[in-house]
Amino acid sequence: MPALIEADTLIKSFGSIKAVNGISLTVMPGEVLGFLGPNGAGKSTTMKMVTGFLEPDSGTARIAGYDVQEQPIAAKARLGYLPEGAPAYAEMTPASFLRFIAAVRGFRGSDAQRRVDAAVEKTGLHSVLHQSIETLSKGFKRRVGIAQAILHDPQVLIMDEPTDGLDPNQKHQVRELIREMAKDKAIIVSTHILEEVEAVCSRAVVIDKGRIVADGTAEDLRQRAPYHGAVAIRVATDHAESVVQALQRFSSIETIETVGKANGHLQLRALPKNGMSIAAEVTQAIRESAIAVEEIYVERGKLDDVFRQITTSDQGGGHA
Amino acid sequence: MLDSLKRTWIITKREFGAYFATPLALVFLIIFVALTGAFAFYVGNFFDRNQADLTSFFVYHPWLFLLLVPAIAMRLWAEERKTGTIELLMTLPLSPGEAIVGKYLAAWAVIGVALVLTFPMWVTVNLLGSPDNGVIVASYVGSFLTAGAFLAIGSCVSALTKNQVIAFIIAAMVCFLLLMSGMDLVLNAFRGWAPQFVIAAIQSLSFLSHFEDFSKGIISLPALIFYLSLIGFTLFANRIVVDQKKAA
Repeated sequence: MPALIEADTLIKSFGSIKAVNGISLTVMPGEVLGFLGPNGAGKSTTMKMVTGFLEPDSGTARIAGYDVQEQPIAAKARLGYLPEGAPAYAEMTPASFLRFIAAVRGFRGSDAQRRVDAAVEKTGLHSVLHQSIETLSKGFKRRVGIAQAILHDPQVLIMDEPTDGLDPNQKHQVRELIREMAKDKAIIVSTHILEEVEAVCSRAVVIDKGRIVADGTAEDLRQRAPYHGAVAIRVATDHAESVVQALQRFSSIETIETVGKANGHLQLRALPKNGMSIAAEVTQAIRESAIAVEEIYVERGKLDDVFRQITTSDQGGGHA
Repeated sequence: MLDSLKRTWIITKREFGAYFATPLALVFLIIFVALTGAFAFYVGNFFDRNQADLTSFFVYHPWLFLLLVPAIAMRLWAEERKTGTIELLMTLPLSPGEAIVGKYLAAWAVIGVALVLTFPMWVTVNLLGSPDNGVIVASYVGSFLTAGAFLAIGSCVSALTKNQVIAFIIAAMVCFLLLMSGMDLVLNAFRGWAPQFVIAAIQSLSFLSHFEDFSKGIISLPALIFYLSLIGFTLFANRIVVDQKKAA
């Protein structure tokens, strides 16, 4: 199967600032790519070039095989795009706005109505269909933006922060919607929310200062976390010394550190040597030494820590 | 080609609706009709002239357009840029040219409606005497074309900024200079240093002299070419500005 989204060494500068510095991506049908990065890393600029809104200084982008600069109409016909902030014509109602989008996309009569109805159904816009968009809450506005992006059932869907401003229930709905649509589409979703990557994305790309700094599944990213695979143990302070002794004999354990002390208990953490799995050894050692531990679990590593570790640019400012 | 026209028409319909979804179009229509009437009767002394013609009505149109057309044009692109809808519009399967022409035609149509609504003047003058209706038709054509030229300038300027007030002021200023380019006010700034052909060229840009042709009942080819090429050229410039500025 050919890739539906292809970006090849995209470069874009604004004045002296290199917003995007050589980003290449391919997204296959069925893939949901989470696009992560701090503010100003170049996420939105990259998306604007992939959708053909911005012309790159160099590099090319193709949607379903069509170059977005050379054959823009064919490319855009196969693309659904939710721009940052979900812009929509404020004076229109969702009903008239979606009919307008359907008309521009070449749907007529009952076909257009069917498509509008389906998009309204999927995004739950019934209750506000005939209210002007400027009077809608942020959540409904976002859903209007999503509705226009999925109206023509596009092969390629690119959404810039689709769940921004939604409440937890709405976030859940949108993620369900993305998962549902993921089967045969190529989808890019940019987000700040790392849990979203785990919830909907089959792959995550992290960019920083206009470059890709990580590309893999959420699990791949986790493995880069400093405490990935570490075993945390909480034990009464009196027994702590014997636990440390019991664990020290394993060659797979790099070090054992004391994390904290509270209420007569010590929190220990055993760090594995280069990514080895140590859970079995640790539990066995503790069982053999017959020490009563309060709590024991394997740390999975926080995506937040990984994110902070691999993106070092200043927060805020610049072109997002 | 047909698809292109269809898409342009869809943009025009939406934009025309947008003018009427806010009070903007209504305010424009009322003020235009009221002011053209007031100027014709009180400043132009329509009755005292004792002539069955609409000269005192049409002569003020360019000056009213100077104020009112930039007000209609200022939102065309500045608003799209400010609210970010330009990103939506430019990632839909249509060309920038279709969007520009579509939006332009919608605003021009609003002005057209305003001109149609001045029909009581025409009826009045026909009841009072027997005017040369050919002259009146030509004058309407000239008036509509003048508004169209101002509008193209306003649309182009509107794409330069996200601020509608700035768009209004710059458009009004540019239109004023073009309107006055046959007059000493503008020409004196060039006399003395610019070669004669430059001054002649500037003079030929004058809207007032072209508009006068129409109000004498002459639909002259040079005047038509002047207006239509000015509109075409300005909209072409508009496209370049939109391309340059859309992401800023």
